Amino acid sequence: MNRLQLMLKRLFQGGVAILAIAVVNFLLIRAAPGDPVAVLAGEAGASDEQFVAQLRAQFGLDQPLSVQLWHYLSNVVQLDLGFSYRQQQPVLDLILERLPATLLLTGSAFVMSLVLGVLLGAWSSRKVGTWVDSAITTVALVFYATPLYWLAMMAVLLFTVQLGWLPGFGYFTVGSGLTGFALAWDVFLHLLMPSVSLALFYMAVYARMTRASMLEVAQMDFVKTAQAKGVHPRRIHRNHILRNALLPVVTLAGIQAGGMIGGAVLTETVFSWPGIGRLMFDALMQRDYNLLMGCFLVTSAMAVLFNLITDFIYTLVDPRIEMA
Amino acid sequence: MKNAFWRRFCRNKGAVIGLGVLVWVALVALLGPLFLDYGPWDMVDAPFLEPLSPDGRWLGTDTMGRDIWAGLVHGARVSLLIGFVSTVVSLLIGVSLGAIAGYFGGWVDAVLMRFTELFQSVPSFALAIVLVAIFEPSVASMVTAIAVVSWPPVARLVRGEFMALRQRDFVSAALLAGQSTPRVILTQILPNAVSPIVVMASLMVASAILLESSLSFLGLGDPNQMSWGYMVGTARTVMRQAWWMAVFPGVSIVLTVLALNLVGEGLNDGMNARADGKR
Repeated sequence: MNRLQLMLKRLFQGGVAILAIAVVNFLLIRAAPGDPVAVLAGEAGASDEQFVAQLRAQFGLDQPLSVQLWHYLSNVVQLDLGFSYRQQQPVLDLILERLPATLLLTGSAFVMSLVLGVLLGAWSSRKVGTWVDSAITTVALVFYATPLYWLAMMAVLLFTVQLGWLPGFGYFTVGSGLTGFALAWDVFLHLLMPSVSLALFYMAVYARMTRASMLEVAQMDFVKTAQAKGVHPRRIHRNHILRNALLPVVTLAGIQAGGMIGGAVLTETVFSWPGIGRLMFDALMQRDYNLLMGCFLVTSAMAVLFNLITDFIYTLVDPRIEMA
Repeated sequence: MKNAFWRRFCRNKGAVIGLGVLVWVALVALLGPLFLDYGPWDMVDAPFLEPLSPDGRWLGTDTMGRDIWAGLVHGARVSLLIGFVSTVVSLLIGVSLGAIAGYFGGWVDAVLMRFTELFQSVPSFALAIVLVAIFEPSVASMVTAIAVVSWPPVARLVRGEFMALRQRDFVSAALLAGQSTPRVILTQILPNAVSPIVVMASLMVASAILLESSLSFLGLGDPNQMSWGYMVGTARTVMRQAWWMAVFPGVSIVLTVLALNLVGEGLNDGMNARADGKR
């Protein structure tokens, strides 16, 4: 199977996963205690019996569950995620407006955590048993135990409140009228703390995994062969061990991508980052279930997308996948 | 056997320290409230008192004049309780599904693994938020939500163990001796797969505590229970005035979770007899 076919197969599986998540989504809304129509009527500001019955018919809530599910799914396929009565806007518009900020945050954090994690893990396994190794292992252990929202708050306390070096709030300086490079720099400064605080936990995960995996690969016969034929140790470390040790790390990164996207809810809440996570938090506070479920569906879709990207990286790291 | 386990466990210094911290946190959670004559919600003093203030609130008070130390003591109860109970529930789900998939293989395995993968591809924290929000915040809904998002790795691990053990002679022998399938699964295979499950469970308690604190931070905790995450959450808007409100509960979370992770590593060393020669 070639790379294209593999990616198409993965794309199909991803689509099936998103549909399945949509079904779960639908069942969860129906499982929520309380009558959705009563909620809708309350949100619209009226609740006499006739209006309730009219609403019930209008939203198809008087039809059997399977018909309702079919309607919901066909709406989702057409990218209609419902209407937010609190914000008086279609859910999809609200989400699309926030999507770039979230993609910027999670994308940069994902790349940073993977690159830093692999570098630190590789360095630590090369210096195994020395103070460098202990230092990296300890740092990874501590970050692995730190709640990322708390880390984010401590960063704000230090870099914004105490030192005043970095902005601790928002996406760019409001009303500054910056354009071009100055605007990009401004966004970068705002992005720095949210992105790093989100990345550090996952960096710790990847560093631990890379270290363990490299120490395991270093015991294998082909490494001894390379040593016996006199390959330079640094070259063995980089080309022979690291490359083979990366496979489980990339697999893990695919699995963890969903976790990172979910974790962004916390980061965005702390930094008032105007992304989907923050939108989800607001929806939560306002009991706006349509919006909450829309956010959940879109974050799930993003997780599936990140999985596809790691699958693609996988085919680059391991050429054997092409023939498999 | 037991002595060998302890010898290997104690060789890992981090694990011993971790166990010490954990015992301390458990003691505080169990006995701490006995030494306080007021609850975590009681307004006992002026608001925004700094730590080590003269009249005896050594960790200070929060926006409403509630004692931070009382909050930490009661929060320890909630964190440990939810951490352990949700881990037990997710072990029940994960071990059952993993055992069935690994033992029977074939289409049963395929179906169960697709199901597991589906849960793994969902952003777990987002799913937990949605579950708690829909079923109203309470200890029970938090335990359910945490269990629902944390069982997939258990199922995969147990499935792998069962697939390997299923092929072994003692399983065939037990089947030939006429033992029923559930009996073989529960009394023959499961005891042999316990070590990795125990190690994973200790790490799961750690991540369950992190998850619980994150949910409480967003205001999704049980409104009747004080918790560390909730305390950090209330500190968010007043960070400039009251650093101590965020720092102490956060440090408690880090120490507890770190201790559990260290104990997990120690258990791994203790149960792995092959580690004897190394290190």
